[in-house]
Amino acid sequence: MSHRHDDNVTLNDIGLNDIGPVRPALPSRRRFLQVLAGTAGALIVGIRLAEATDVPVPPALLGDTLYGLGAYVRIDADGNVLIGARDPDTGTGTATALPRIIADELDADWARVSVVQLGLGVENGNGEPRWIYGHQTGGLGDSIPAAWNDLRQAGALARWLLMQAAARRLGVPADRLRTQAGWVIAPDGRRFDYGSLADAASKVAPPQNAVPVKTPDRYTLIGQPAGDVDARAIVTGQAAFAIDSTYGDTLVAVLLHCPWADGSLVSKDFTDAEAVKGVVKVVELKPEPGLLPGDTVLAPSVAVLAEDTWSALQGRAKLKLEWKAGPSGGENSAALEQQANDLVNDKNAVPSTRVRNDGDVDAAGKKAARRVEAVYVQPWLAHATAEPMNCLARVDKERATLVVPTQAPQHAWAVVQRLTGFKPDQIDIRVPRVGGGYGRRLDHDFVAEAVMLAKLADKPVRLLWTREEDFGHDYYRSSSVHKLSATLDRKRQIVSWDQRMASASALAQRHVPDSRLWTSEVDANQLPAGLVPNYRSDWYSLQSAIPRGPHRGMPHVSNAFAVESFVDEIAHALKEDPLTTRLRLIGEPRTIPLQSGGSLDTGRLINVLKLVADRIEWKNWLRTVNGLGIACWHINGTYVAHAVEASMQGEKLNIERVVCAVDVGRVINPTGLEGQVAGATLDALSSALNLAITFKDGQPQQRSYKDYPLATLAQLPDNVEVITVPSDRDPAGASFLAMPTAAPALANAVFRVSAVRVRRLPLMKELRRLL
Amino acid sequence: MAQAQALATHPTSNITPEKVREGIELEINGRQFRHTGDADMPLLWYLRDVLRLTGTKYGGEHGLGGADLVLVNNKAVSAITLPMHQVSGKKVTTVEGLAAVDGKLHPLQQAFVDEDAIGCGYCTPGWLIASLDLLNRHPHPGDNEIEQLPNLCRCGCQTRVRRAIKRAAAAIDGGRA
Repeated sequence: MSHRHDDNVTLNDIGLNDIGPVRPALPSRRRFLQVLAGTAGALIVGIRLAEATDVPVPPALLGDTLYGLGAYVRIDADGNVLIGARDPDTGTGTATALPRIIADELDADWARVSVVQLGLGVENGNGEPRWIYGHQTGGLGDSIPAAWNDLRQAGALARWLLMQAAARRLGVPADRLRTQAGWVIAPDGRRFDYGSLADAASKVAPPQNAVPVKTPDRYTLIGQPAGDVDARAIVTGQAAFAIDSTYGDTLVAVLLHCPWADGSLVSKDFTDAEAVKGVVKVVELKPEPGLLPGDTVLAPSVAVLAEDTWSALQGRAKLKLEWKAGPSGGENSAALEQQANDLVNDKNAVPSTRVRNDGDVDAAGKKAARRVEAVYVQPWLAHATAEPMNCLARVDKERATLVVPTQAPQHAWAVVQRLTGFKPDQIDIRVPRVGGGYGRRLDHDFVAEAVMLAKLADKPVRLLWTREEDFGHDYYRSSSVHKLSATLDRKRQIVSWDQRMASASALAQRHVPDSRLWTSEVDANQLPAGLVPNYRSDWYSLQSAIPRGPHRGMPHVSNAFAVESFVDEIAHALKEDPLTTRLRLIGEPRTIPLQSGGSLDTGRLINVLKLVADRIEWKNWLRTVNGLGIACWHINGTYVAHAVEASMQGEKLNIERVVCAVDVGRVINPTGLEGQVAGATLDALSSALNLAITFKDGQPQQRSYKDYPLATLAQLPDNVEVITVPSDRDPAGASFLAMPTAAPALANAVFRVSAVRVRRLPLMKELRRLL
Repeated sequence: MAQAQALATHPTSNITPEKVREGIELEINGRQFRHTGDADMPLLWYLRDVLRLTGTKYGGEHGLGGADLVLVNNKAVSAITLPMHQVSGKKVTTVEGLAAVDGKLHPLQQAFVDEDAIGCGYCTPGWLIASLDLLNRHPHPGDNEIEQLPNLCRCGCQTRVRRAIKRAAAAIDGGRA
């Protein structure tokens, strides 16, 4: 098995331009399978999903699910199998997991499977884009569920066709045949390999009904560990990221952005920069408002175009520019925090969103035996992707070809379309492996810049943001202040919970189609909603002109830190073991409906809590010299708990042990899942320990890893013990599930070992201040 | 007679003898290269832009984070902090030069694959170079030595890298035995 990127693969490249007539099968209402007779006796299978005319549902209700030919599998006469991976892989493992879902249904021999990373699949549907691969976003935790819903059919259909072909050849009914690792096997032991059947299978009439998918007892790859399909290419330096891509006649572009995204250029002198050997052109980029979807801000800049990166950087150093601040120029993080503090403490402040209001918090509070209150402050954060923003753009008369490190190729397409006016299929978005996303690559400011520059230069342009630009022009995660207030009755039950959060919304400046879960910075279903009879959650909008955007695990990360630290504080006020407090708060195993649909299964939540407690030997909580801390959370039907053991030597904090339990339904690839869970745990710990962006006069004060010190090996635990709950439920995404609980579990352990309650992040700075 | 005399005279030539070629010579992954451009160009851009050896990644102007590490005379150095005139006559190894000519992975590369010590993969070449440098100095690195690695990774591959280094150390040992 290997992974072919070649950064350039489209349907045409695999021979689909030579296909015979398309023969739609007739399965379920919104799902059509296609068999395509390829060249040279190959069998090619795709899925056609939900044509508006095929279903009795108005197109408007289908949204953008007007799919054409979807994800596919190709079996060649030599028995090699090629499977397309449609979602960008930002390190989340989808390029491995998605093809394995298809390969399992096909009963393919994984050793003979090549994975090909698909570019954006778009057709021209009367001037509107038709997304032919369906789901194509990465890092939002929905790649696996989407694949489970539609990709299995591609494998199942291909297998069915091969069995029909074998049945004819053997004169045996197909239902007496079985398949195994690339073979169709008859009861008498005769067998045909898939390659020898591919040609015949491509001529079999497709089934009248949907082909049943496998029952779980017959899975061969699903649930089995598999290494990353790109591993070999990565360790040999052959894996091409967008930043590694180029054309022969390409110019390199580097930028100097206006220090304020909403500022402007006052004076400029390009003379010295233009005189640098190798510099070809220096241009000012003045983005018009409305260029990016949802009025997302795009900073003005000056670009130096040169024959190579070194010349471009030298030219950039010689630019003489004077910038004028916009409204954000007056902003400071300390003042923004004060504003947030005022909002959560002002009893008369009207919330921007009343996220949830169960029972009567005020009335219940008056009768309470005791009240616990605390305020938590969390900083601005940057994305700090390993691969900085970059883009290769070639814009010819009738075609735009881009290599983009993106999590959302469809959004990148929209930006290119706006700038070129091209028809949908004149825009070719290619997505190689992506060097980290964490939400930064849902925005495409750098794509707009690359396209503008390619048009101006009339040559392909390879845009590179320096690390300083990358830190300085992020769509940051906003800081926040949480004020939590709970009242308890004499039986130690929490009878009311009042949460007030103030932050600058990530979504204020942009249009976001799925408003159901992202109406504000708080999930209406987050703990302990549904568990406390009188529960109120208010969100206050912090007014800021600093650009903000989605950030890994948002909004759960900041909310879980406040809530799960606060539960620990309640336990302390009750003078009891915080696990006991949590279990009493959660109560009996039952299901509680979520406002977003679905339900909270308290049994599954209790289970992950108990798993980490057992593993870390929570029974020693009182006795151990080290501190034990615990936290749990749920996100859309997935469950996570962390337990952390910490010790301190003077001011030095040691994270001795970290245990994480997750319940994500069926696990597709245990190796991949463990990597995601351990990785998210370390990422969350790194953020919580060290990281903060501060603003002075609207400018971020951190511009390199020196100022924004991601944790090194020495600061991180030696190991993350990952426990996965076995499950037959449909699989869910896990790319950020382990983010929310790691930091509060650590802070709770720190409290236990040091008696210092950290209510402000980053933790190390606050801990040193308080010790 | 007159003709023979003319032949004996050495003819004048327009061709001037070749001067000693200018440039910086260095060895990269066992092959000789001569850089004739700007002597101040950092090694990173020479590798990536001139030679198109893109396995060594750009991480930032100051070389923090370790994505741009290469071995220079067997020691790990950030390639963006090294101007070409400083690598004159030296031996450079990049991630592309770790595997054997027949494609067999270096034990360290194999260990990274076996431990799936990979997040997005962008910083992996840098981790490999730093780890190789570590194993050169400490064939049996303990946790304290491993924790000296300067590399950064937001995907959180650190615990798996730690395992991979130990696995590689054991494999190299086994190979020697």
